[in-house]
Amino acid sequence: MSLSLDEVRHIAKLARLELAEGDLDATQAKLNGIFGLIEEMQAVNTDGVEPMSHPQELAQRLREDKVIETDRRAAYQAIAPQTEAGLYLVPQVIE
Amino acid sequence: MSRTDWEVVIGLEVHTQLSTQSKIFSGASIAFGAEPNVQACAVDIALPGVLPVLNKGAVERAIRFGLAVGATIAPKSVFARKNYFYPDLPKGYQISQYELPVVVGGQIHLLVPDGKGGAYEKVVNLTRAHLEEDAGKSLHEDFHGMTGIDLNRAGTPLLEIVSEPEMSSSAEAVAYAKALHGIVRWIDICDGNMQEGSFRCDANVSVRPRGQKEFGTRREIKNLNSFRFMQQAIDYEIQWQIDLIEDGGKVQQATVLFDSDTGETRAMRSKEDAHDYRYFPDPDLLPLIIDSAWIERVKGELPELPAALSARFQNDFGLSIYDATALTASREVSQFYLDTVAAAGTASAKTCANWVMGEVAARLNKAELDITASPVSALQLAGLVQRIADNTISNAIAKKVFDALWNKEGGDDANAADTIIETQGLKQVTDSGAIEAIIDEVLAANQKSVEEFRAGKEKAFNALVGQCMKASKGKANPAQVNEILKKKLG
Repeated sequence: MSLSLDEVRHIAKLARLELAEGDLDATQAKLNGIFGLIEEMQAVNTDGVEPMSHPQELAQRLREDKVIETDRRAAYQAIAPQTEAGLYLVPQVIE
Repeated sequence: MSRTDWEVVIGLEVHTQLSTQSKIFSGASIAFGAEPNVQACAVDIALPGVLPVLNKGAVERAIRFGLAVGATIAPKSVFARKNYFYPDLPKGYQISQYELPVVVGGQIHLLVPDGKGGAYEKVVNLTRAHLEEDAGKSLHEDFHGMTGIDLNRAGTPLLEIVSEPEMSSSAEAVAYAKALHGIVRWIDICDGNMQEGSFRCDANVSVRPRGQKEFGTRREIKNLNSFRFMQQAIDYEIQWQIDLIEDGGKVQQATVLFDSDTGETRAMRSKEDAHDYRYFPDPDLLPLIIDSAWIERVKGELPELPAALSARFQNDFGLSIYDATALTASREVSQFYLDTVAAAGTASAKTCANWVMGEVAARLNKAELDITASPVSALQLAGLVQRIADNTISNAIAKKVFDALWNKEGGDDANAADTIIETQGLKQVTDSGAIEAIIDEVLAANQKSVEEFRAGKEKAFNALVGQCMKASKGKANPAQVNEILKKKLG
């Protein structure tokens, strides 16, 4: 499988990466290299092997439903670029 | 084509906020109404290096739900990352479940009003229910050209319940949503507060010519936060799609919002690539394993479910399915009813049902009170029902006594109805001598009606009964009045 340049642009956009037109070819080649690896792995016969969702064969540990966090807003907001009235401010999002 | 040539297909996705203390992956509080960001910890705001730890209480609520709707609880389910960028989602992905959800299948039983005063039964199958985290809130009021972000809600546990596309009208969709709302409150996994966003409905709506096999293209109405809006939005959307197709147009798949001011649905500006979520298993979380011992323990702790209680009301008390369903709409209502019947006696179960669904419900509704705050207690209502059953008072007088009970005229005791009947002299007159005396008076004063009756006018008889009841201030036993009057005229 090999990706078209449009697909490379699309993937970059989904990842919010700004790719200059001049970088497209190199990025395409790198991504195609990854797909090449995947193709190699797909050649392995996995019939009857149950897919794993995690490399470790363990079960998720659970936490008791208790509130253990205290308000640390001031500390967190001290390192935020901009805040007001307790809110984090971000560039305008238009719906 | 007329409206009946079209078939409507509706599926619902409902996000229920689970009633835990803490968030699904962190130990921050989910209490409603806090100052912005004071309940957003390092995990919720996605500081580097943090890891999610799953809340047992959230999983347990999912199990409760699955058991309550007869679903399969997956022995192994997996959390996945749903990737998209939005400022109220600081990680850049929402942790959800995708290929392996915790709850699979299940059914909801409904009673759908048919619009003609009756109702019909319907079963809606569930596709799945999965655990996920909520996002934060974006405040779009102008902060000098910036958007404000409150992450208190980020990480709040949600159970998203997905139905099969099996509803064919807004009435069915609303009946489904109400039944689901009833169940999640009944089993105490969600407070059901729609204003605060604890129960949010999205409706997928499509239409197709009757008889066509393939589904039409659907549009998804987002964030319906009341049952009334749901009905309005779906009805508007159905007509909009039919009109569009009949005018030669084609429905485009879209997400729409309902504007309750105009009563219209309109397409949201589509977020580009919004549906390219690139789900993959979250490497930060191991598979969720639920063993049968846990399921059995949760099963043992579940209350009697509304469907089972409804069946009991029908079998033991002889109630109709309609009455039994109404009385099992919430645990509070069913408890009030059970307390009333326990005190009044099973023989009066039907009368108790009529009062709880009738006068009590109407007065509570008008006063905007919950049944747990009813001024007339279950025991007082039972006291009233007993006096109807033993003929101490007629139904007409009972309404009067109920009003007095509501106004606390008989005090707070269980025997308040007796106090009112006694002090206000409302006891039914059953002494035939006394009734005869009243009838004689009425006959003497209404010779015209008597003649009309003798001339064959049946209505005149009812007028005379009415006069007798009036003369007795409603206290004469109506059956006896009828009988004695017939004899006298006969």
